[in-house]
Amino acid sequence: MENRGITFGYGFLSQESSFDVQFSLIEFDGSHSYFRAYLVGLLNTILVSVIGIIFATIIGVVVGIARLSNNYLINRTASVYVEFFRNIPLLLQIFFWYFAALRALPLPQDTEPMFGVFFLTIKGFFVPAFVWNNLDIFIYSIIAAIISIIFIRIYARKKQENEGIQTPVLSISIGLLIILPLLSFLFGGVDASVEVPVIKQLSQSGFTYEGGIKLPPELISLALALSLYTATFIAECVRAGVQGVSKGQKEAAASIGLTPNQVLKLVVMPQALRIIIPPTTNQYLNLTKNSSLAAAIAYPDLVLVFAGTALMQTGRAIEIVSITMLTYLSLSISISIFMNWYNKKIAIKEK
Amino acid sequence: MNKLNFLQPDKNNLNIYLYTGVILVALSIFIVFLNSFFNKDIISFLPGSISFFLPLISGFIGLHLIRIDYSGLKFLDSINKNINTNNFNAFLSLLIVFVIIKSLPPLLSWFILDANIAGDSKDVCTGSGACWTYIKIWFNRFMYGMYPNAEQWRINLSFIALAFLGTIGFFATEKFKKYLTLYYVVVYPVIAFFFIFFFISGGPIFFDFSYGIIAAVISIIIGFFIPTKFKMYYFIIVPITLYILLKYVFFYEELIELGKLEALEWVETGAWGGLSLTFIVSFFCLIFCFPIGLFLSLGRRSDFPIIKYFSIGMIEFWRGVPLITVLFMSSVMFPMFLPEDMFIDKLVRVIIAISLFEAAYVAEVIRGGLQALPRGQYDAAKSLGMGYWKMHILVILPQALKLVIPGIANTFLALVKDTPLIFVVGLLEIVGMLNLAKTNPEWLGFAMEGYVFASVLFFIICYAMSKYSYNLEQKYKTER
Repeated sequence: MENRGITFGYGFLSQESSFDVQFSLIEFDGSHSYFRAYLVGLLNTILVSVIGIIFATIIGVVVGIARLSNNYLINRTASVYVEFFRNIPLLLQIFFWYFAALRALPLPQDTEPMFGVFFLTIKGFFVPAFVWNNLDIFIYSIIAAIISIIFIRIYARKKQENEGIQTPVLSISIGLLIILPLLSFLFGGVDASVEVPVIKQLSQSGFTYEGGIKLPPELISLALALSLYTATFIAECVRAGVQGVSKGQKEAAASIGLTPNQVLKLVVMPQALRIIIPPTTNQYLNLTKNSSLAAAIAYPDLVLVFAGTALMQTGRAIEIVSITMLTYLSLSISISIFMNWYNKKIAIKEK
Repeated sequence: MNKLNFLQPDKNNLNIYLYTGVILVALSIFIVFLNSFFNKDIISFLPGSISFFLPLISGFIGLHLIRIDYSGLKFLDSINKNINTNNFNAFLSLLIVFVIIKSLPPLLSWFILDANIAGDSKDVCTGSGACWTYIKIWFNRFMYGMYPNAEQWRINLSFIALAFLGTIGFFATEKFKKYLTLYYVVVYPVIAFFFIFFFISGGPIFFDFSYGIIAAVISIIIGFFIPTKFKMYYFIIVPITLYILLKYVFFYEELIELGKLEALEWVETGAWGGLSLTFIVSFFCLIFCFPIGLFLSLGRRSDFPIIKYFSIGMIEFWRGVPLITVLFMSSVMFPMFLPEDMFIDKLVRVIIAISLFEAAYVAEVIRGGLQALPRGQYDAAKSLGMGYWKMHILVILPQALKLVIPGIANTFLALVKDTPLIFVVGLLEIVGMLNLAKTNPEWLGFAMEGYVFASVLFFIICYAMSKYSYNLEQKYKTER
């Protein structure tokens, strides 16, 4: 290394970065430091992972249950979906959405609005934004609701163990989650208004939308591909989990007089979740790592911003690649430690 | 009891139910069919939303009417059992049927009816459908990358030969069955390497490595005649001496000269590409990642702390980082640690990186199999006086590997699907070639066709692999 005139050190992190990032959650321009560039990349990675995880879970659970359906058509449709999207490389799917499918969208000036406020254009997806007054009070009210729900759950469990009476925890929790934020609107001075994107002419033929939130096509295609791809694996986990609960369990639960809903909630789901959750967490982890493919379509994630642009500018290959790897590593190791703990907690205790 | 019964079918009004139901369902499907295939809306006289929902409503009522238990008609019973068990299922089934009918015409017209395949330039693609001419023209590039056209028979021949050699196992007689593992684990990969090095790459016949091979072969042949007592010393000393003698004393200049007289043109790995590169990378990674993973999984369960923590570290490290950063590392960081005059080919670095990466996943899968075996198997093997290796090779691994065939197959599938990532280091396999072709100024705007083509190829490969692994799993399934 010395021969090549390379020095080692992390001092460059505080230097001025002098490059711009297309899409960032926090304010960033050339005058900010490389460390802030790292944060921008990390936040973008987390953003696309969270979006992907939410949609992958929804699609995966629906498809997984659909695969268990006794309706032939639903069953086949679900399994065709799983086989198809599982057997095509993720990178190819990302390219397909980005370069082929989303390129077929209309230009901003030709776009028909969806429900009057959403604009899906070739330049991205424009959605209305909320403009908040006293946002902090609103957040406090949600936190208060969550804390009270936790207490109610503990109380309900104690009550059931002592007296055998069930409390309708779910409806109480939903009610609290609606009522407390509503109160904050009525009495806390919280106020939200909607800002709808408006078309704006940039030049003779260049149009864009102003106001609202712009989701760039990179983010959309990446989130779409990640969630559709990972959903197939989650669907398989869900299917395996529900199939893994033996029929005798359901029959035994029904025979002691539980209603079908109680059978599902108290007997089947706890056992199925024990099988479903560990592999599903693995899939979440995979999704997060796969989000690094963003570099291929220039979505400014950790790999592109930090291990790409910043590396090219500073030439500090070893430091930057090691920081990037350490970030992913610490993420996945912390999740796997948590999973091991959780596995131990929910494992069947055998003598 | 002669009261009117509209809501429940019985013996008397069964036929009315049946006919009304069938007519309603047929009507709804007919309306959607006409609308989608011939673009004719025969119910357009109705107001907008009603004409939109009418097929759904009529089909739904029809399915409700024909839901008759034990009707005595076989076809009807099977429909009721499979797609029409209750209202919710009937609704979903109708929706799926409608979506299929609706989406068939545009798909058909894009794929076949309005597509072009004739001709050999962009000008023929005037229709609204796909332009398969683009695939036809670029087919060679998608298969072989930048490999020179005149030399492509080398790739074809090597692949055919290797495929043939790979199927030898099916024809082996009982006598040779016991050598098959040795053949597939050691001999076949070596043959494959020679094919790819000499034939596809057109490497010089004598290079540094080949002295080692000659030395090894000669010393093994002589080794048969050496008494067992001296064998160990013999195999430590003789091959190395032979290697040094061969390389520096006898043949050096002459062989280098001879090596240059190669019959085949040298094609550097940067020019390789397309689907053939996908195959080459997946093939070698598959071969290397399995034994590495096996040793890592055994190491993780070892009693020696050094081996154990080394294995855990390796596994957790490779599993914790995304493949793209590993490839970044192999292309940007790794060369910095090498001596200045040393150069390792891109392709080799990529294969090493992917193999190590996937080996960690293989290791975890095998560990699952090892953990699933009851302790009694270990105890029984030990009580027979078996050592560590004998116990694992004869008792533990055959059972454990059998258990984890699906898991290993999944890892291998993931590997094949990960190969497109090698674009990071500048190697263009099929997805990379597609992106290159897409930016060609003469062929702009055909991205869709390319991606559909590659998706179909990958789907066929991966689907065949998963079906094969399923067969394998069924074949080795034993009662435990």
